[in-house]
Amino acid sequence: MPMNLLKTDYWPTRAKNLQNRFMNYLNSVHCAGKILAANKARSFLSMLGIIIGVMVVIIIISVGAGAQSLILNQIKSLGSNLIGVLPGKSEEKGPPVAVFGVVITTLKYEDGKAIMNIGNPHILAVASYVRGIDTIVYGDTKTDTNFVGTTASVIDVEDSKVEYGRFFSEDEERAMARVAVLGSQTADDLFFGEDPIGKQIKIKKTLFTIIGVMKPRGVSGFQNQDDQIYVPLPTAQKLLLGIDHISFMRAKVDSAEYVNGSIEFIKDVLREQHSITNPDSDDFTVQSANEGLAALTKVTNALRFFLAAVASIALVVGGFGIMNIMLAAVQERTKEIGLRKAVGAKNADITRQFLVETVTITFFGGMLGIIFGLLISILIAGVAQNMGYKWDLVITYASVFLASSVSIGIGLIFGIVPARRASRLNPIEALRYE
Amino acid sequence: MVLIKAKNLSKNYGSGEAVTRVLKDLTFSIEAGEFVAIMGPSGSGKSTLMHILGFLDTLSSGEYLFNGKNVGVLGDDELADMRSTQVGFVFQSFNLLPRTTVLDNAILPLMYTKDSRLEWEKKAKVALEEVGLSHRLNHFSDQLSGGEKQRVAIARALINKPAVIFADEPTGNLDSKSGLQVMKILQRLNSEGSTIILVTHEKYTAEHAKRIIRIRDGQIFADESVKDRLLADASEELTK
Repeated sequence: MPMNLLKTDYWPTRAKNLQNRFMNYLNSVHCAGKILAANKARSFLSMLGIIIGVMVVIIIISVGAGAQSLILNQIKSLGSNLIGVLPGKSEEKGPPVAVFGVVITTLKYEDGKAIMNIGNPHILAVASYVRGIDTIVYGDTKTDTNFVGTTASVIDVEDSKVEYGRFFSEDEERAMARVAVLGSQTADDLFFGEDPIGKQIKIKKTLFTIIGVMKPRGVSGFQNQDDQIYVPLPTAQKLLLGIDHISFMRAKVDSAEYVNGSIEFIKDVLREQHSITNPDSDDFTVQSANEGLAALTKVTNALRFFLAAVASIALVVGGFGIMNIMLAAVQERTKEIGLRKAVGAKNADITRQFLVETVTITFFGGMLGIIFGLLISILIAGVAQNMGYKWDLVITYASVFLASSVSIGIGLIFGIVPARRASRLNPIEALRYE
Repeated sequence: MVLIKAKNLSKNYGSGEAVTRVLKDLTFSIEAGEFVAIMGPSGSGKSTLMHILGFLDTLSSGEYLFNGKNVGVLGDDELADMRSTQVGFVFQSFNLLPRTTVLDNAILPLMYTKDSRLEWEKKAKVALEEVGLSHRLNHFSDQLSGGEKQRVAIARALINKPAVIFADEPTGNLDSKSGLQVMKILQRLNSEGSTIILVTHEKYTAEHAKRIIRIRDGQIFADESVKDRLLADASEELTK
């Protein structure tokens, strides 16, 4: 080796060899392009698997991010001075299990009252919630709607406004009054412009008197906040749901800097209420809106990853499709391979030619998939935004980069078998092949 | 100068009791600038001999020296190098790439050499000029007549300026007029200095060469120069 390095022509020869290798590849790409262009229909069909695979991955990544933005925007719209209380203990930094739909019954109506009764100067209001969905009847008109059993304080916690009439009072709440406040759209659906105040509606055979209608608030997340009915929480628990726990609580703090202090305060009150001495055995989770946001982002990220992984199966299937077509092409072009060997092609030259062809197919397939995927993602986001959802169009360079490198990688992996088979053909037999 | 020297060259297929001896102890030599026809009936081993001489196949025993170089010891890649630089092939069935232009077909052997594409095209144009196809550069090979196809194949064989051109039944798929044209080109190339080895089973075609090596059952049974050599030029005059 040292002797080699000392030879005067070693480095220039080496540079020339590198240049030649580069030119070889350039030329292979050029030839592959010509061959693929000559078989347009077949090239397109073999690309189809990759096109669809890459397209689906891009769409799913983008739609996943859009749906995530939808959920996160909802939480953001509630403001950062909010504290959420969920039943059940949460893992360190992870989301509380209640997020996954597990029903835990440890939080009670009285817990919210206790927080306000003991009192903290920075906690302005605490609202408790239960939810349900049922058929609402007014005369001959029926509509299926969400009902929210909540406390009178919800008005302060959520900053919502009454359009006309009034919200129920704390006294009505405690007295389990059968009164209801309608969301603006529910009012339209049931009363068609008639004045609903004082009218009676039926939920689960229980009569409620309507005392107010809320101002429109718009769509937030998947929840149309204008299409729901507010009733006092104890009324909903006893008469509509038959439960004695609540789903969650929200507390409003006067300023962001007191959020952490207030969280500790709420934890102390709840431990007192639930007779818990060791914080490790907490049966509730208290999180600021920001923490909740982080936890939820984790959940939705996991879902997006899972979806993208499922979509990638389409890419692998596309890869096998290409391998199949390239194996057929090797068979069909046996004579060409024989000829190329006869005029001086080495095994490595033939391997390279078929590999470059496969990679060219998957690369162009990937490019087309990216283009279609982006167009459809833009379309979906546009439609969602038009329908009033706060849906962000998210296109990450990473997903585009990933899709193109994965499609090249698939070409390399699935191209190697046909390419090796081609290079091993015996030139004489290949030339005789008919 | 001796270009090809074969000594007890043999080729067997199979092994043990099922062995078939295709070529049996051939010894001969061919000088640079010769025009030799290897002639024999089908199954005589003439194609196998051409494949071995053209570095497409390996010999089983004996010795094959090309330009003084022992071919028997060369590996796959070295044989490919020899095919790339030392020989050109013309086949009975033309073997052009379909849906590919005349120019690109002629360039094919150069793709496995070290020049630039610009240089390739220059060489290809010269070679196609040689065979009278300058006006067809950008036609696709499928659009050509049989005679034209074989002339493209000759240009392809020429393009590397090989030491030998092997022609395997080059007129087998052609009508007599196109066949004559092909023989005329081969004779002209030979008169300009190219060594040509023609493989055929037809006496008529073989008589365009200067020397005929007759093979039967894997053995040479005659090796003599052609007394009344046919000249394609003159025959062409007659058919007009």
